Amino acid sequence: MSDTHNAPVIAADGTPLKARLARALFRRKLDAFLLVSPLLVFLLVFFLAPIGWFLSKGFHDDLFSTEMPNTSAVLADWDGTTEPTEAHYAALVTDLVETRKTRTIGKVATRVNRELSGSRSLFTSTARKAAKMEAPFKDALIKTKKDWGEIAVWQAMKAASRTFTIGYYANALDRRQLADGSVVAQPEERRIHVKLLIRTLEISFQVTLYCLLLGYPIAYLLATLPNRTSNLLMILVLLPFWTSILVRTTAWIAMLQSQGVLNDVFVFLGVTPDEARFSLIYNKLGTLIAMTHILLPFMVLPLYSVMKGIPPSYVRAAKSLGATNWTAFWRVYAPQTVPGIGAGAILVFIVAIGYYITPALVGGQDGQMISNFIDFHMRRSLNWNLAAALGTVLLLVVLTLYWVYDRVVGIDNMKLG
Amino acid sequence: MTSGPNVDAFVEFERVQKSYDGESLVVKDLNLSIGKGEFLTMLGPSGSGKTTCLMMLAGFETATHGEIRLNGRGINNIPPHKRGIGMVFQNYALFPHMSVNENLAFPLQVRGLSKSETESKVKRALDMVQMGAFGNRRPAQLSGGQQQRIAVARALVFDPELVLMDEPLGALDKQLREQMQYEIKHIHENLGVTVVYVTHDQSEALTMSDRIAVFNDGVIQQLADPETLYERPDNSFCAQFIGENNKLGGKVIAIDGDTATVEFDDGATCKALACNCEGVGERSLLSIRPERVKIESSQTPDSVSARVLELIYLGDHIRCRMDVHGHNGFIVKVPNSAGHAQMNVGETVNLTWEREDCRALDVI
Ligand SMILES: Nc1ncnc2c1ncn2[C@@H]1O[C@H](COP(=O)(O)OP(=O)(O)OP(=O)(O)O)[C@@H](O)[C@H]1O
Ligand SMILES: [Mg+2]
Repeated sequence: MSDTHNAPVIAADGTPLKARLARALFRRKLDAFLLVSPLLVFLLVFFLAPIGWFLSKGFHDDLFSTEMPNTSAVLADWDGTTEPTEAHYAALVTDLVETRKTRTIGKVATRVNRELSGSRSLFTSTARKAAKMEAPFKDALIKTKKDWGEIAVWQAMKAASRTFTIGYYANALDRRQLADGSVVAQPEERRIHVKLLIRTLEISFQVTLYCLLLGYPIAYLLATLPNRTSNLLMILVLLPFWTSILVRTTAWIAMLQSQGVLNDVFVFLGVTPDEARFSLIYNKLGTLIAMTHILLPFMVLPLYSVMKGIPPSYVRAAKSLGATNWTAFWRVYAPQTVPGIGAGAILVFIVAIGYYITPALVGGQDGQMISNFIDFHMRRSLNWNLAAALGTVLLLVVLTLYWVYDRVVGIDNMKLG
Repeated sequence: MTSGPNVDAFVEFERVQKSYDGESLVVKDLNLSIGKGEFLTMLGPSGSGKTTCLMMLAGFETATHGEIRLNGRGINNIPPHKRGIGMVFQNYALFPHMSVNENLAFPLQVRGLSKSETESKVKRALDMVQMGAFGNRRPAQLSGGQQQRIAVARALVFDPELVLMDEPLGALDKQLREQMQYEIKHIHENLGVTVVYVTHDQSEALTMSDRIAVFNDGVIQQLADPETLYERPDNSFCAQFIGENNKLGGKVIAIDGDTATVEFDDGATCKALACNCEGVGERSLLSIRPERVKIESSQTPDSVSARVLELIYLGDHIRCRMDVHGHNGFIVKVPNSAGHAQMNVGETVNLTWEREDCRALDVI
């Protein structure tokens, strides 16, 4: 009996059963893979690759080193504290002449300007005269602009010349990488990103909380009302979902602005005098109100689908066992909706944390979120590297929270429907 | 059926009506009194209003009209959680997020019992259903039969005087169902609680009940102990719903005392016990249990002739399908005893039965 246990089982055609099974399973896996491969390729080409490329900009910046190869070479050996020598100045002039010819001096100047603000014109104006300069270049440059004698300018260039840099991440976290590679905190007045990140998290948490508070009763009603009524209610919940975000956000502007519907009503009711209308919009409050409204369906739908699956007999059983309505709800019903709360909360939170258009339109100054800054650096300041660094920081924060959530609640506890 | 307040009734329905939509009555004029410690089964086809009655008793539905009393006290306005009625649901309704122990402790905790008292009661209840070793499992980790036991234990753990069970065994396979029937019955006998049990399985009702209320269309058709219900059904619905039954349609041509003479459509006549027939000239359905029919070799004055259509050998008995005066679904069970009558398909035989076993009932 025991040796039949150990001997490999043979299939009908004489091959070992294990091998046959593996072959059969491989076919199945191959089929499955072929079915998903178009989507996989699409995602790879249009989603993962661009994102990866973009995120790599957060730590990879070869603009200075490619445009100013001679300067970069000499700066690589420079310790960052001693006086730059004639060799440095000569390399700089060669590069300035070249970049002026290829019209890339503007980019280079902008790049160095990020390290040392105010240094932009130094580069552009010097580059114009560089072609006519003659050795010794050190004197010639300092004669043109005496700033060239400043060591800070050279330190800024050394920082800019690093191809792989943690400078942008440092910046995204309100720090600064010095020429010698050390990282220090930014001066007080330039620390904005961490504050912004905290505000973004705070707004997202608040929006999630308000969505839960508002969405839970609605979802409960939807799940318990008779079908005809609940379908109508469901349409009301979904109607905003089908409307463009832009329309909804501008509708909120009409509602909330100081000459808007809500304020008019307040004035009419005498809640506030005409000259002291509430500022409900173009601030954090506006962002909170509009985002809560827009993200509400993301909370209601998972909650609803979970609640719909809870048979009424549970609450009945609880009551028959002597529980009051409140106890039955709190100890029997609510715990069973936790998967829905988890799914809804994580959906709302993740959508909220990267929310952009609504804060941009109704957020004013203190209602801006980090994605608005990312957008600013993408389109206005054209500092894509910093945008990438900010984006990566945001991504890491989300992943960390997700991990914490998994630890505390458990992802498999989540139910999307 | 009794009506009006009954002194020793524990649960009483008095003229209870229920309508969900305001148009049709799901329960029509229900009068029912249940004694203390009784095991009463509500039996009836799907949609006959059994669950509705149970829900009204438990307090999850309100009676549209009439009064329900528990222990002499009207409970129409008492919320479910104050009624102190244990309940076993068809899908068990064990709380999925709590362990078995927590499920059982729940009714005790909401009643504010001390921790030690709770623990000992939970343990006792689990032992009662032989599930002592499963206290730490989640309901999802139990088999259907085990969940069922836990549901029963939970309904009993807080010592209610009345327990309602709505088709508690509906989801179990036949063998387990039969085993659980005995177990529930024994628990009932040991604890002396009053049980109102709902099922649409008639053999379950016969096995377990002290009395059975047969429901149809929102009306109790008959309320009686199992034996009476089987032996002496009040009407054709009960006769056909409970057990196997032969029905023969005919017209009453004479009633003499409690004996009715019924004429079949082909002109043959037969005598029956007049139970629930309208009177001379009206149609009636005769009801005879298959095992009460005897096959005689020779013709007698009371015998009825029949032609054998089909013979099915079933081991302990032989099932014969016969044609009796134009009714070709007439079944006779012939015990497979030594020297039982030999029959062949197509043969004509003579059937006899005791007059009391052939009941002339209403036509449905
Ligand atoms: N909540 C409700 N709303 C409207 N009608 C209902 C409701 N519950 C039950 N009914 C109707 O009442 C009638 C009786 O239902 P009930 O549930 O009491 O039947 P039942 O005897 O328990 O049947 P089953 O054996 O199938 O469980 C049915 O016709 C049903 O459609
Ligand atoms: Mg039912």
